[in-house]
Amino acid sequence: MKDHDHALALAAAVRAAYDADAPLEIVAGGTRRAFGRSPAGAPLSVAAHTGIVEYDPTEFVVTVRAGTPMVALEEVLGRERQVLMVDVPRFSAASTIGGALAIGLTGPSRPYSGALRDAVLGARIVSGTGEILRFGGQVLKNVAGFDVARLMVGSYGTLGLLLDVSLRVARCADAEVVRDLALDWRTAHAALRRWEGALPVTGACYADGVLHVRLAGREERVAAACQIIGGEAGEPTLFHELRDLRGPFFSQPGDLWRLLVPSDAPWDPQETLIDWAGAQRFWRFSGDPQPVLEHAARYRGQAMRLLGADRSQGPWAAPAPATMALMARVKAAMDPRAILNRGRLYPDW
Amino acid sequence: MNENAEPNRRPWPAAFMRRLGRILPPDGLLQKSADVAVYECDGLPVYRARPLAVALPRTVAEVGQVLALCTEYGVPVVARGAGTGLSGGALPHPEGVVLGLARLDRIVALDPDCRLARVEPGVRNLAISEAAQPFGLFYAPDPSSQIACTIGGNVAENAGGVHCLKYGLTTHNVLALKFFTADGVLHEIGGPTGEAPLDLAALLTGSEGLLGVVVEITVRLRPRPPATVAWLAAFRSLEDAAASVSQVVSEGIIPAGLELMDSLALSAAQDYTGIRYPEGSAAVVLAEVDGDDLAVVLDGERLRAIFMAHGAFALQQASRDEDRRRLWLGRKSAFPAVGRLAPDYYCMDGTIPRRSLVPVLTEIAALSRRYGRPVANVFHAGDGNLHPLILYDAAIPGQLERVEALGADILRLCLRHGGTISGEHGVGVEKLDGMCAQFSAAELAVFHALKSAFDPHHLLNPGKAVPTPARCVEPGGMHVHEGRLPFSRLERF
Repeated sequence: MKDHDHALALAAAVRAAYDADAPLEIVAGGTRRAFGRSPAGAPLSVAAHTGIVEYDPTEFVVTVRAGTPMVALEEVLGRERQVLMVDVPRFSAASTIGGALAIGLTGPSRPYSGALRDAVLGARIVSGTGEILRFGGQVLKNVAGFDVARLMVGSYGTLGLLLDVSLRVARCADAEVVRDLALDWRTAHAALRRWEGALPVTGACYADGVLHVRLAGREERVAAACQIIGGEAGEPTLFHELRDLRGPFFSQPGDLWRLLVPSDAPWDPQETLIDWAGAQRFWRFSGDPQPVLEHAARYRGQAMRLLGADRSQGPWAAPAPATMALMARVKAAMDPRAILNRGRLYPDW
Repeated sequence: MNENAEPNRRPWPAAFMRRLGRILPPDGLLQKSADVAVYECDGLPVYRARPLAVALPRTVAEVGQVLALCTEYGVPVVARGAGTGLSGGALPHPEGVVLGLARLDRIVALDPDCRLARVEPGVRNLAISEAAQPFGLFYAPDPSSQIACTIGGNVAENAGGVHCLKYGLTTHNVLALKFFTADGVLHEIGGPTGEAPLDLAALLTGSEGLLGVVVEITVRLRPRPPATVAWLAAFRSLEDAAASVSQVVSEGIIPAGLELMDSLALSAAQDYTGIRYPEGSAAVVLAEVDGDDLAVVLDGERLRAIFMAHGAFALQQASRDEDRRRLWLGRKSAFPAVGRLAPDYYCMDGTIPRRSLVPVLTEIAALSRRYGRPVANVFHAGDGNLHPLILYDAAIPGQLERVEALGADILRLCLRHGGTISGEHGVGVEKLDGMCAQFSAAELAVFHALKSAFDPHHLLNPGKAVPTPARCVEPGGMHVHEGRLPFSRLERF
């Protein structure tokens, strides 16, 4: 992998944009530009800012530049039989770790090994004024200062330009299998509850009356777990497709919605795919989003439009006005002139 | 009105006190000197200050009204849970109100199927696990004060504990928050999975009461693992023990807890609890593995091999609850045990990468000799979170100053090894100077800007957690401001 540090050039570019009051669209691999609203401004590419800053496999922490492609990072980790702690989507070989963090999606491993933000220990960023800042660190426990590193995850690049991040990594599983079980959703959910913490389940999704369970870990434990849960051998690549939003369901037309609900919410005919052991439901739905929002609200959940035809609509509906104003002030604290990805999450910032 | 007012304090308008009294229940406003004295410090009693009043609301609505009133009059507010914090984060403001939240202690909802609990901030940490127990669930973060500390305080400090190596800190276990900003406006963030447009919960958690007052917390519950085995390995050198810890984690085993005690801590724990550690132990490593039966057997075999390879001369294991409790007893009571070795001790909280455990412990021993102060080490070795306990006697003039200098040297050592000045106890008032060493002026400016975004008049816990630029006049190093220690005027006990 190429090892290039462009931090100073990137900071200078942001500083110049700040001085000129000219917004920038942060890009790298360009595989996530369809997420969020259409931002204003000229593209500023982080793609050349690549390489591993520090990696000590015995610490299970890697510090990597944001422009590094996911596949290149995984190759480096793989040589030490390590992997990222959570499933992180990638949409082509060009997808970068910086882009993944900016959009902040976590794949099917979410209920079992945490969210992508949970794997973040620290970050170096360029603020909206062009300053290079470091938050967090390379250790698991760190309570000095506000947790700005974690705040960056899922902020769609609106709070800062990521330079490099320190991530927790994990040991690569010796064995991984997928088992399919024909069950109704209630029975499937109850089974997942029984297995959680007792069996090496690392992913569980439900579609068309079939529960798909991914088991991963040491050979002995995976073999024993297969015996216990039964079912039939499933498609080994299913969870990779799910992680990357590929496969038959994701090729259907319509806006792609995520509904985040309590995991025991009933199966709804509108949704064709349940992930995260029940807590994440995918819907294909276009037009007035009211039914989606109402469905989420019924279960005290949330709805997020992940991909939509109308780029004037953002991923998240505006929260209560006072909270919206608070978020706008947080944005202004990090990026006072709204230089970075202006309009990507919400209009005007 | 202000019978406890000191000459240099600005009294509040009588109208403020009248209105404050009207908001709160009859027993919810303390003003008498004897009543507010209870609140003059937290778990770090070298810092003390009396607030002008203590407000003890019973409802969320009352909390909002108190905050709105304080904003109207520009009165500082220090929110407080059980007051078990270890960095002076709940130290009262001498011209402010302490907002005690311990009476907001309802478990609002507990949903075993969805693995979550909604609780008020005054609920004790352990009470959540107790309520979840009948469903086979528990709340994972377990600070050593868990019997007393509140979940609201845990959120403020991003509390850790023995089990966070495997299960994460508070921030990894909070899914949603309801909080007031200083103006008394209520905000709700997060959801069933913790997702949000901006991760304000990440900012709030560990913000030490500077950004908002949390009034409801949705936490994640986990199933109790079917099997748990605790291991105790005794070593003839501290270095061997530390090296074994590094190897355990580097081999990919993630114990639920992985702790280390040195000889001074061991002898203190022996005297305090009556537990006997293997004769000749220079250090002991405690490891707990949990999971299904097969997982604990497989992990156990590897732990045994690693400990033996690093020269462990005695190994014990325990799987029954009662036996495990006995194995852990010395560790759990190590702080009070060390507290009997000297009139005072100063507890540090730096964190370092595990690979630096051996060199850092060696350097701490050298510093201990150079300063002539004994240091006991008992800490969360698995995540590199050190707790050197420096023994001293505050009654001897000059000793506290030397101890603080030694502590500052230890924190610098942690930073030099790529670590941090606080792993889990927070900055509070205690480590403000360390913040100057860890962060640049531009980074501190961002913290101040974020503070202003939440609290434009800086009324929430002012002066804590983030130092002012003026305090950090000597960038990159700890310093004594104007030739005085930062808190030399404060009483010490």
